[in-house]
Amino acid sequence: MTVDARPLSGADKAPGTAAPVLTVEGLTVSVRTEGGLRPLVRDLSFTLARGEVLAIAGESGSGKSITSLAIMGLLPPPAVRVTAGHIRLGSTDLTALPEAAMRAVRGDRIAMIFQEPMTSLNPVMTVGAQLIEAIRTHEPVGRADARRRAVEALGAVRLSEPVRRMGQYPHELSGGMRQRVMIAMALALRPEVLIADEPTTALDVTVQREVLDLLRDLQRETGTAIILITHDMGVVAEMADRVIVMKDGAMVETAPTRDLFRTPGAPYTRALLAAVPRMGAGAVRGEMPVVETVAALSDVVVRFPLRGGLFGRVTRNVHAVEHVGLEIRRGETLALVGESGCGKSTIARAIVGLVPHEGAINVAGKELRQLDPAGRRALCRDVQMVFQDPMAALDPRMRVGDLIAEPLLIHGIGSAADRRDRAAELLARVGLEKDHAARYPHEFSGGQRQRICIARALALNPRLIIADESVSALDVSVQARVLTLLRDLQEELGLSYLFISHDMAVVENISDRVAVMYLGQIVEMGSRAQIFGNPQHPYTCRLIEAVPVPDPEHRRPPGVRLTGEIPTPVHSVGAGPERVRLTDVGGGHLVAAH
Amino acid sequence: MGRYLLSRFLQSILILLGISFVTFVLLYVLPADPVRQIAGRSATAETVENIRRQLGLDQPFIVQYGRYLAGLAQGDLGRSYLQKSEVTELILSRLPASLQLMAAGIFAELVLGLGMGIAAAVLRGRMADQLLMMTSFVTVSAPQFVVSLLMLYIFAVRLGWFPIGGYGTAAHLVLPALTLGILGSGWYSRMMRSSMIDVLRADYIRTARAKGLGRSRVILRHALPNAILPVIAMIGIDIGIFMGGIVVVESVFGWPGIGQLAWQAIQRVDIPIIMGVTLISACAIVLGNLLADLIAPMIDPRIRLK
Repeated sequence: MTVDARPLSGADKAPGTAAPVLTVEGLTVSVRTEGGLRPLVRDLSFTLARGEVLAIAGESGSGKSITSLAIMGLLPPPAVRVTAGHIRLGSTDLTALPEAAMRAVRGDRIAMIFQEPMTSLNPVMTVGAQLIEAIRTHEPVGRADARRRAVEALGAVRLSEPVRRMGQYPHELSGGMRQRVMIAMALALRPEVLIADEPTTALDVTVQREVLDLLRDLQRETGTAIILITHDMGVVAEMADRVIVMKDGAMVETAPTRDLFRTPGAPYTRALLAAVPRMGAGAVRGEMPVVETVAALSDVVVRFPLRGGLFGRVTRNVHAVEHVGLEIRRGETLALVGESGCGKSTIARAIVGLVPHEGAINVAGKELRQLDPAGRRALCRDVQMVFQDPMAALDPRMRVGDLIAEPLLIHGIGSAADRRDRAAELLARVGLEKDHAARYPHEFSGGQRQRICIARALALNPRLIIADESVSALDVSVQARVLTLLRDLQEELGLSYLFISHDMAVVENISDRVAVMYLGQIVEMGSRAQIFGNPQHPYTCRLIEAVPVPDPEHRRPPGVRLTGEIPTPVHSVGAGPERVRLTDVGGGHLVAAH
Repeated sequence: MGRYLLSRFLQSILILLGISFVTFVLLYVLPADPVRQIAGRSATAETVENIRRQLGLDQPFIVQYGRYLAGLAQGDLGRSYLQKSEVTELILSRLPASLQLMAAGIFAELVLGLGMGIAAAVLRGRMADQLLMMTSFVTVSAPQFVVSLLMLYIFAVRLGWFPIGGYGTAAHLVLPALTLGILGSGWYSRMMRSSMIDVLRADYIRTARAKGLGRSRVILRHALPNAILPVIAMIGIDIGIFMGGIVVVESVFGWPGIGQLAWQAIQRVDIPIIMGVTLISACAIVLGNLLADLIAPMIDPRIRLK
């Protein structure tokens, strides 16, 4: 079922209609298991035209990453291999190529960038050395020439001060800068095909936007064809000319991007698109009557000392949270948004007493700093947390029933039989089966594991649940169902949520009120309608604009380019960031002066 | 950097003081009486008491230790009870031989251990990997003197490739150094293997392969510097175990180093020599650790000395 390069409707460039640069025919990749060969990708066929952006979209386990590794010839040997089909680059059959010849193709004619910019560069080699190595591996140029080209490549990805970057190590660069280095390395040799495997998934939303803009510009300049592997339909809509939707190792549907979004053919595509959180689609809830406050923070400061010198004196402080005040009311969801390092998770940890703080944190009428250790433990009954990675948050050697009942055990509540009943009841409440209690965490999917974490958080009947990026690691369809569960539980049990997230679309869907954090301070706070309908602070505007819109009809113009250093929350002792003042611009909508 | 070295130097002084104290206490409470060794079996009680007074061994512990420290501050390690010469001189005359053996031994240990570890990690799960790990298990668990005697028997007595014992030429050095290398290689190969396996799974190794680099370049240029970091930290710690091996190997091969000196002194309860050799060994361990800590940031720019 080879798909021809159909004419592209409304793409901003005309890809060549000549022979495709890459042809995949009947590709089947299998893993050898004890039960024989199990296919991971089945009978996949597609072509990639010169200068085209082809997105392969799908959820985890769909085989999209395995496909890209198969094209690169980087499948993990010996268990996983291509068992049928061909991958042709021009007229070369890559599946029949010996390793030495494949090596000459890799990095030169097909390049790849990966999801994790933080770990994808060698930490003990300078950026320059890694770039020069890539160039000299494939082209017979001298050191000086290679160096000159490496500096050019860094300039092309719009890194500031490319000459200085050459001598820096990866840990001296931010995630966005590292991904630019990866892109520079991939494009330095002008490959025919660039495979980008979730290139922006690990990045903050504003950085994601910059990297996507960059990829699009470079693609236009160099004519490199891109295979974009992603789970994010917003990114697909922004970037791709054509889409392949994959599920369980097979192609479900392929169409030009606009057609796919306008008239999705397969039911799976329709479900996938329906699950994508969209701005402006949040459930409308009426004004809530003013009720009791569950948690109130006022003038909370958290700083982490950095020591130095001969006697380990404190020389500098990380100003993680600076003079934050907010309150969470009964039955409401307050979303805390901001980019990595803005202090949102530190606030969560301060509320549950995991980091020392200055200022006042009042939970359920009790002042945190005045509690003795026993009082603090009792406070855990009122506040529970649900974390980002459910696999890491569940002890792999404990049964699910024991995991859920453990908070009861710790607080000495009920008999063993009571606790078992409660665990069964909670499992049913979060949409799992009662007999799942006897199983272990690894037997569940990601979404089910997060349900288990939610059940455990509910065990003590808390008033406040802090959800720290709780749905960020989940596939969109699963994410939508977990969000629905959270909303149902809130209505039924009158729970309050502090919902910490970097994903503005999800926040727009679930929150009643929103607080925007930047470098440890709240720069804007108000109701969801106020923040999303009438954002005042430039940082809030940037966050909202940066969200990829899952609609190819409304592609955004490139955003403002930022190439400089990010401001740092580290200050010398005695110094500190300028404190922002919030003023009410009407109806409780607080905005920092800017 | 100067500040760092100063603080490390002060720390080292404290560590050496602590070691001198613990060793001194152990030797003080030891049931063996050095005076008996000096005087011989037939000596009268009066002679014994005289010797004891001469050496100051009749004084309370705190006075004895105080005197020792006072000497130490002036670089005086005391006088051997039996050899009638200064401990400092004895140690200095034997130190070159020991340093030579240590350098050759550590070199052999690293070449064997790291080589085996890298090979096992790259060939993970294959027959060669299992063989290498079995070998390392044997070297780790075999007693030092057994390996020493076995090496001596096979390569010197039966094959006659190397001299049976003694000191002087490069040929004399090969067997004792190789024995030390084999004894120490087991730990290093196991550590190197697991560290290397971890690193080979890292994202940046995948990046290196995606660049089109060859296998040997990926392993030597990208994986090795990252994998060797935990191993370097271990070299510092390992010097202690290594010094133990030196004592056995020097005795078996008749190598005139401080290990042999220590062995003889222990048998004859020659306290000043035992103290002196212990302190010199402690210095070696402290220096080895310092060296390991100084090398690490040269390989990994993320490590900062403080």
